[in-house]
Amino acid sequence: MAESIAFYTIAAFILGFAVLVVTTRDTVHSVLFLVVDFLFVAALYVLLGAQFLAAIQILVYAGGIVVLYLFVVMLVNLKRPPEEYRDPRRRSVLGFGLSAAVLAELGLIAFWSRLNPAPPLAASAAAALPVTGNTEQVGWLLYTSYLIPFEIASMLLLVAMIGAIVLAKREL
Amino acid sequence: MVLSAALFIVGVVGVMIRRNIIIIFMSIELILNAVNINLVAYSSQQQNVVGQVFAVFVIAVAAAEAAVGLGIILAFYRNKETVNIDEMNLMRW
Repeated sequence: MAESIAFYTIAAFILGFAVLVVTTRDTVHSVLFLVVDFLFVAALYVLLGAQFLAAIQILVYAGGIVVLYLFVVMLVNLKRPPEEYRDPRRRSVLGFGLSAAVLAELGLIAFWSRLNPAPPLAASAAAALPVTGNTEQVGWLLYTSYLIPFEIASMLLLVAMIGAIVLAKREL
Repeated sequence: MVLSAALFIVGVVGVMIRRNIIIIFMSIELILNAVNINLVAYSSQQQNVVGQVFAVFVIAVAAAEAAVGLGIILAFYRNKETVNIDEMNLMRW
């Protein structure tokens, strides 16, 4: 009971702050609402039993990515608000039509999978693990079954770091 | 699930209605967060940690995407003095 009350409260806060992020005029306010939204998502992770992921969420999102956003917002001064200029050639109708088509496809897939439910998963991987505790479980899986994706992710981060430096440098 | 879908929809609407590219990037972050919530919800429902491992990968990719995207924004702003996506037509033929 208490858990579901907490879940619905956190969910309402997440959605409210997400709407504020999208609708606020001031970009700096938008970034600050984004921080609060990420913190509430971290709270939701704790509620769902993913403490390690909650810590990662706070460290990477609320600590790293948002600071990056704030830097960029402060660097590009928005004297001329971008919402005033409208491109007459903007094809809104076509875009809405395409996204409606994608939505229809997704609905069809959801409907289809409701009719033919997938077979239940095989024996849970977590059950066979020799360790207990959320962080240990995630770390164990990350360094055994998912070692190669882990290395590829680190490679991706390295490439992204170099790419960002090259893009943001004034002259090479 | 409903929360994840609603957050996803807010992100997509944000991508579609705003013209400030920084806010569009923040909407993309919201979308990735919605995906993460979905992964973690299923992982706790099925007592299986694999979903959380995938969420870690999603966070890594989101960080890389944010770094590169903001680098592109900075480089573009230095040339064109704007963050409006309707004026970003360098690659239009």
